[in-house]
Amino acid sequence: MSDSNMAVATAGAHQRRPLAGAGSSHLGEKAIKVFLALCAAFSVVVTTGIVISLVVPTVRFFGEITLSEFLFGTVWQPAFANPSFGVLPIVVGTVIVVVTALAVAIPVGLASAIYLSEYASSGVRKVIKPILEVLEGVPTVAIGLFAFFFMRPLAESLFPWFPWATPFSIGVAGVAVGLLIVPLVASVAEDAMRSVPAGLREGAYALGASKMRVSLRVVFPAAISGIIAGIVLGTSRAIGETMVVLIAAGAGNPNLTFNWFSSAQTMTAYIGGTATGDISQGTIVYDTIFAVGTLLFSMTLVMNIIAIRLVRRFREVYE
Amino acid sequence: MVIDKGKSPQRSRLAVAGARAATESIYSTGSITDRVGNVLFRSLLLLGMGFALLGLASILIWALVEGAPRLDLNLIVEGPSTITPETAGYRGAILGSLYVIGGVVLFIVPVGVGAAIYLEEYADKTRWWNRAIEVNIQNLAAVPSIVFGILGLAFIVRGPLSLGFVAAAGSLTLSLLVLPTIILSAREAIKAVPSSTRLGSLGLGATQWQTIWHHVLPGALPGILTGLILAVSRAIGEAAPLLLVGAVTFVTFDPSFWEGNYSVLPVQIFNYAGRPQEEFRVLAAAGVILMLAVLLSMNSFAIWLRNHYENKNRK
Repeated sequence: MSDSNMAVATAGAHQRRPLAGAGSSHLGEKAIKVFLALCAAFSVVVTTGIVISLVVPTVRFFGEITLSEFLFGTVWQPAFANPSFGVLPIVVGTVIVVVTALAVAIPVGLASAIYLSEYASSGVRKVIKPILEVLEGVPTVAIGLFAFFFMRPLAESLFPWFPWATPFSIGVAGVAVGLLIVPLVASVAEDAMRSVPAGLREGAYALGASKMRVSLRVVFPAAISGIIAGIVLGTSRAIGETMVVLIAAGAGNPNLTFNWFSSAQTMTAYIGGTATGDISQGTIVYDTIFAVGTLLFSMTLVMNIIAIRLVRRFREVYE
Repeated sequence: MVIDKGKSPQRSRLAVAGARAATESIYSTGSITDRVGNVLFRSLLLLGMGFALLGLASILIWALVEGAPRLDLNLIVEGPSTITPETAGYRGAILGSLYVIGGVVLFIVPVGVGAAIYLEEYADKTRWWNRAIEVNIQNLAAVPSIVFGILGLAFIVRGPLSLGFVAAAGSLTLSLLVLPTIILSAREAIKAVPSSTRLGSLGLGATQWQTIWHHVLPGALPGILTGLILAVSRAIGEAAPLLLVGAVTFVTFDPSFWEGNYSVLPVQIFNYAGRPQEEFRVLAAAGVILMLAVLLSMNSFAIWLRNHYENKNRK
């Protein structure tokens, strides 16, 4: 850290010198360029660091546990006296959260996006778009507490006939995660629909199409890759979301369950929950954090590569 | 020919209205199902939009109602306590957050802006390594925050850096987390500086770095500042990676940067919320208000700043 500060300070001092020393100035220019390139290359160092820090303990982990036991085992109890390392229960928990979140975020997010892009007057959009962007910054701890203390009791009093067993509910946590990613999905989809050329709309209107037809049959298909990219980004955010599921879905009880109304554990909640307890380095429990982290990292990486591809494709079409 | 850009949308709107009127007069006013469908669709859209705004707004309202009884000065000046929740506060956590965020700013401004300058002003886009760096930064932006916590635990707390569970480790972990955000926004800001500015400066004999330092960076400053505020406000609200790098202990004393335990605001809120007594729940909600007030004002300022300069550039 101090190195980089120093380099910036020398760069600044160098600038205040008169232009006369052209020779040394060239040397300075080169030094600055090297420093800036190092800054950019730092991101590669970070990525390498992530990969190394994940892979080394993961390899150690798979030295003791077989890959098939990890991927296809149905009992996840790493800290028990008789430990078991089947990752399926927490993967299923993650999938339930993601599917629930998308069931909320896709209709709500896309409706908001279509409304903002096609229906709202520019005055309304000018007010609502920044509000959505500001709400994107609501900390996840706040959403987790809201889900646990407000949404879960509210859901029970609204639907008392469902089997609400614990104060935690994976379903409610999923809905809360959905609420969290609505602004992201809405703003990416809205950008995609707004970049559809006005000529397409005008052509459809000129043929007598109604506003609904223009929105659904012209603008929506034209912006589809951008819209899907928004949904994919939202999905990868939902997979990685930690605090909401840690608070509202419960950190314990990693049973293989599809019960929407009971507590369950996700991959992120396992990592976060285990880290807050006492774990000592070198134990197999310590290594499980990294093994689960590797799985999480690979899943979001794949999602993100898909999203980048889609965004690039949709940019090529209209710019 | 001089094209008046202001008039053209109005003209096309007129043309569209005319065409619609003509078609409607020929084919009458569409079927009744079509018209009902339109109304239904519109109300569905409004319902979706309303649900989104209401859902997010109710988080703010809930926190305000729940935390209102504890909105007093003790909330800020008193340290945490497990015994007297009525007067306990967030002193240590606020100081911890300040240390951590201060470190984040010191680190990400030179490195993030430096990387953005390199990629926009120096990098030869046809070289594979520069493209690789770009793709890499895009991918880093989507890595889940808890994975950065794992990196922090393995590399910063233990491993090569061995800082231990201290505020500096949390600071560095969060810096890595928000670095892609600031690089991407600084690049956008630098890209928006018109190339005539660069050419003018270079034409007068300034070197490339002089051009960047004296002309490009001042022009891009509002955009860079906006990105910085957004990055910092994300770092303030982030709790998950800090769970892994030591911000979990219940600290009753003022923290320091290089040694000893620390806590931050969101983690302290999480900690309070996990306790069974009703008073802690109120205290947690009051902490949420505290955090929301800081974050929402920062975010609003950033978005205002962005819109302000966007409008200015367009004129």
